[in-house]
Amino acid sequence: MHSLLTRFKRSSEAYLTAVILLLVVVFGVLTPDFLTLGNWFDLVESYSVTAILAIGLFVVLVTGGIDISFAATASVAQYLAAYAAIRLNMPAPVVLLIGAVTGTLLGCLNAVLIDRLRATAIIITISTMSVYFALLMYFTSGKSIYGLPGWWSDSMVLFEMTTGPDQSVRLTLPIVVMIVVAVGTAFIMNRTSLGRQLYAMGGNPEAARRVGVSLSTMQWFAYGYLGLLAGIAGLLQAHRVGESVPNAMIGGELNVVAAAVLGGASLLGGIGSVSGVVLGILLLAILRNGLNLMGVSPYFFQIVIGTILLASTGITGLSLRRRRVAEA
Amino acid sequence: MSDPVVQASRAQRQPFVRMRNATMKFAGVTALQALDWDIIPGEVHCLIGENGCGKSTAIKILSGVNIPEEGTVIEIDGTPYPHLTPAQSKALGLHVIYQDLSLFPNLSVAENIAMDDALHSLGRLVNRRQMIERASAALKRLDVHLPLDEKVGSLPIASRQLVAICRGLASDARLLFMDEPTASLTRSEVDSLLGVVRRLKQDGIAIVFVSHRLDEVVEIAERVTVLRDGRKLGTYPAGSLDDRKLGELMTGLQIEHKVRAHDCSAAAPILEVRQLSRRGEFRNVNFTVHKGEVVGITGLLGAGRTELALSIFGMSPPDGGEIRLDGQAMQARSNRDAIDAGIAYVSEDRLSIGVNMRQSVQDNMVLAVLHRLASGIGWVSPASRHATAAKWRDKLRIKIPALEAPVSQLSGGNQQRVVLAKWLATDPKLLILDSPTVGVDIGNKQGIYEIVHSLAELGMSVLMISDEVPEVYYNCDRVLHMRSGEIVDEFVPGRDSEDHIREHVYA
Amino acid sequence: MSQANEPKASTMMPAEPPADRLRELFHLCRSSGNTGLLALLGVLFLTFSLYLPGRFATHDTLVSMMFQLPELGLLALAMLFPLLSGGFNLAIIATTNMGALIMAWIMTSYIDSTGSNAGLIVLLALVAGFLACLLVGAITGYLVATLNTHPILVTLGTMSIINGTCVWLTRGKPIAGFPEVLQSVGNAIFLGIPLPFWLFVAATVAVGLLLSRTRFGISVYMVGSNLEATRYSGINTRNVLIGIYTASSVLCWCAAILMMARFNSASAGYAASYLLITVLAAILGGVDPNGGFGKVSGLFIALLVLQVISSGLNLLGVNTQLTQATWGGTMIAVMLVRYLIARFGLFKPRRAVAKSAPGA
Repeated sequence: MHSLLTRFKRSSEAYLTAVILLLVVVFGVLTPDFLTLGNWFDLVESYSVTAILAIGLFVVLVTGGIDISFAATASVAQYLAAYAAIRLNMPAPVVLLIGAVTGTLLGCLNAVLIDRLRATAIIITISTMSVYFALLMYFTSGKSIYGLPGWWSDSMVLFEMTTGPDQSVRLTLPIVVMIVVAVGTAFIMNRTSLGRQLYAMGGNPEAARRVGVSLSTMQWFAYGYLGLLAGIAGLLQAHRVGESVPNAMIGGELNVVAAAVLGGASLLGGIGSVSGVVLGILLLAILRNGLNLMGVSPYFFQIVIGTILLASTGITGLSLRRRRVAEA
Repeated sequence: MSDPVVQASRAQRQPFVRMRNATMKFAGVTALQALDWDIIPGEVHCLIGENGCGKSTAIKILSGVNIPEEGTVIEIDGTPYPHLTPAQSKALGLHVIYQDLSLFPNLSVAENIAMDDALHSLGRLVNRRQMIERASAALKRLDVHLPLDEKVGSLPIASRQLVAICRGLASDARLLFMDEPTASLTRSEVDSLLGVVRRLKQDGIAIVFVSHRLDEVVEIAERVTVLRDGRKLGTYPAGSLDDRKLGELMTGLQIEHKVRAHDCSAAAPILEVRQLSRRGEFRNVNFTVHKGEVVGITGLLGAGRTELALSIFGMSPPDGGEIRLDGQAMQARSNRDAIDAGIAYVSEDRLSIGVNMRQSVQDNMVLAVLHRLASGIGWVSPASRHATAAKWRDKLRIKIPALEAPVSQLSGGNQQRVVLAKWLATDPKLLILDSPTVGVDIGNKQGIYEIVHSLAELGMSVLMISDEVPEVYYNCDRVLHMRSGEIVDEFVPGRDSEDHIREHVYA
Repeated sequence: MSQANEPKASTMMPAEPPADRLRELFHLCRSSGNTGLLALLGVLFLTFSLYLPGRFATHDTLVSMMFQLPELGLLALAMLFPLLSGGFNLAIIATTNMGALIMAWIMTSYIDSTGSNAGLIVLLALVAGFLACLLVGAITGYLVATLNTHPILVTLGTMSIINGTCVWLTRGKPIAGFPEVLQSVGNAIFLGIPLPFWLFVAATVAVGLLLSRTRFGISVYMVGSNLEATRYSGINTRNVLIGIYTASSVLCWCAAILMMARFNSASAGYAASYLLITVLAAILGGVDPNGGFGKVSGLFIALLVLQVISSGLNLLGVNTQLTQATWGGTMIAVMLVRYLIARFGLFKPRRAVAKSAPGA
């Protein structure tokens, strides 16, 4: 128990928790609206899609890979599902299945290319991103699909509680899906052989191959899983806005990478945890919401993200160097 | 070992592994020719040979990585196999510990040791308690203590090696291959490793050390098998071999050893080191290197030899003391300053810091003198690059198809010559050689020594760092012995015998 | 030392028999790795010329291609430096837009209504933009060299900060309306070739010479393949990294001028889709994504290939979006062909030996 505590103190989760608590106190004092439960639930909901993508990306990062194409994947999955629902009048389960399967297949295609061509993941996924997205824009001519069926776009509140005069807490579908994804992924990564093998591959791929880990299988799973989560995120994003806009999710890829890295994942692989990634997302969400409530321009937020990213990676990098010097 | 009863019973015991007629060809080139080799349960066996002699191939056949030619028979516990698959090899209890140890730095000690648990099927749940039990059982068998929750990346090398051994035990290994296990251990770490090996032996586990030299492990080995050019020269009782005998066996050459030991004390001092200290690394170091003198620094790994060299080379500033080069006090703020002053440093770690392996021979050779080849605005003409590189290629007789060839395509000896060429191009007054022949075949070693000797004849001063006593004994004019950051002895080869120095160093 | 050796080298060269030199030249062509790309370029050009008789291989088409290529070209050169050093500069587009916005702001704010001081102000703006880009590059390089963090993350941070600042200060709105002098750079034709293309060729040649013929250039490749070994050889690797990102940013400044001249406006949101395309162009041109290897000539040909594809498809009436898809597709196809050649083609026996050599 003691060693668990010391280990937590040294982990990035501990730093994140401390920073988050500090921010909560600061914003709580500065803006009275911040510390309401209702605000918190809205906050989490608005970041649920990003969180799901970041968790998926985290799995890929653990293996030492990277994926830039997931936003394009999510868009394609979302649009195909919307097309099936509106133009082909397919029933809900089929539509959902189309979204999930499309995402998974596109993710697996990345895995095949990376594994077979022995090419750098970033190059392959930049290429596939360009192909997926451009084809989507071509076939849709950039036109959105409006008026999604009610079962899809109606807000789904699974639990509601009034906490005061015109204040209520609403546990909505995106929050629930995000929690399920986070818990499920954490379970896979920490409690199954598969998770151990993914971490092993990220830590030392050559050693993993020698002890009998199939690196191909790991890549299939990691990229396929990110594809699946991208499909789910796509479906969920359409659920929140009530329509499918082909380029709505494009352009945020690098912010998702930033969130995962803030949460302690390393581009070198093998490091990080789902809880860290969730904390990273929470940090971004709180910052945005707090600054927003304080009346700071939303344009300013990007500067804050950049600064925090530089600061956090810089601190990690410098402390690593110091430790190496101390060891040598 | 000397107990006749034990020896008798061992001779009667069935070999655990019996290789017969093991042959392996790569693209028509024979890497291993009709090897017959036995490994007895509970024995410590050394497999020795130069790089490329086929020892790795032999191990890879047994670990199932390489599939040998037809006609090969591998008998394990009396059961014959034409070849093994990696899974079979593992199930039969053959376990290889590679030189890089193949551990996962990001996972805990327990997770590393019990890695097998995570390999059965992907969907299976990890049973943490079972994992911890397995790991601590393996540690208990070795009678060592390691923090099970600690990440392996934060452990020192010696502990990592124990983790690697435990992983073998946890997967029920009956034969452990250890590739160059002592290469990066200090003497006391080697001693505790030997203790561990004795315990394994008592458990009936066979250990095969794979090496390109005769090192400390021979102390507890019973038999030594020597390979050369893919053929087995024989299996010898460990006591019957010494360095020289082995060198001759491995190369097939009669190497004549002569002590150098010129008295250079009358020549002008080139490097004077006075009271040099750096916290945690070395203290109060005093010595002088004269013009045309070769001074050796020997001592065990961790004695502070490389650290001292890096301070002289300007890469880690000393806390106190003085370095004088050619009579002038030196205050190098970087290695650039030291290079300009006339110091060259050939690193021990050729692979990662000695040379840019993937880049061309030419660019490597001119790298340290780029600023001299460059005009005022930084212009470097291709002709001057080519000419400089060609000059040193010819001077050092480096055999390469083209100066544009990447260094990685050359043999170890030629790679080391490229490194030497890079530094000689800087026209140094003092050449620091840190373990200059690590990973270099014996034949090529001799060539490198000759280059060093002729440089000294031309008036260059050389500081040669090595943990191999024979190397400094036969190639230096004076030998300094460094222990725990201090220079404790000074020897003159010839006046002091090789055994005398060895006794002091390994005491 | 160089003076002493040069004559020796020149006397050595002619001594070789001409046949050997020819073979060497042939070997050089092959080893430079551009043969495949050149062949691809030739095939594409011929195909489009045959399919579009009188429309593709015309003066007008070629000139319009030469107008379009330089923006992506300069940005790709800006990405080339970090890629060669084994890094990445995700901030090139943000830096370009920042430079353009600064120059645009000065030009639109300080030129009086008569335009009498236009020349001076344009010059002032160019200098200010240059200095700003220089500063951004030097800071980025310093951070990459000292933070001990992957350049992707460092430049992701700087990109966010630069882009955020630009969007914040301009509220995302473009700044438009520049003096004639500047606009003329964007559409002038000199000796039958568009001025932007001349600029791009000049930049390419300059970068090529910088990389292959200078101390800095050789150090860039060496840092890219092994930073520690280079540092031990007495190269100040921190300064090299600072130089790499500074060069990258200065090329962004060149791209900024061109974009301002062509669009007559500047905005924080321009050219965002080019960011990752520049990486594709460089890799397509033979740059090793792990750093240390790659030539400007390869990049140049790769850019021509991408431009021929996009112009040709455009003339065929193919949607612009689909054209973009073919760029990523080309990259994958080229990697596939390289893989197949390596696996089943000419080089098979050599690779097999290298891969499974004994004693490795």
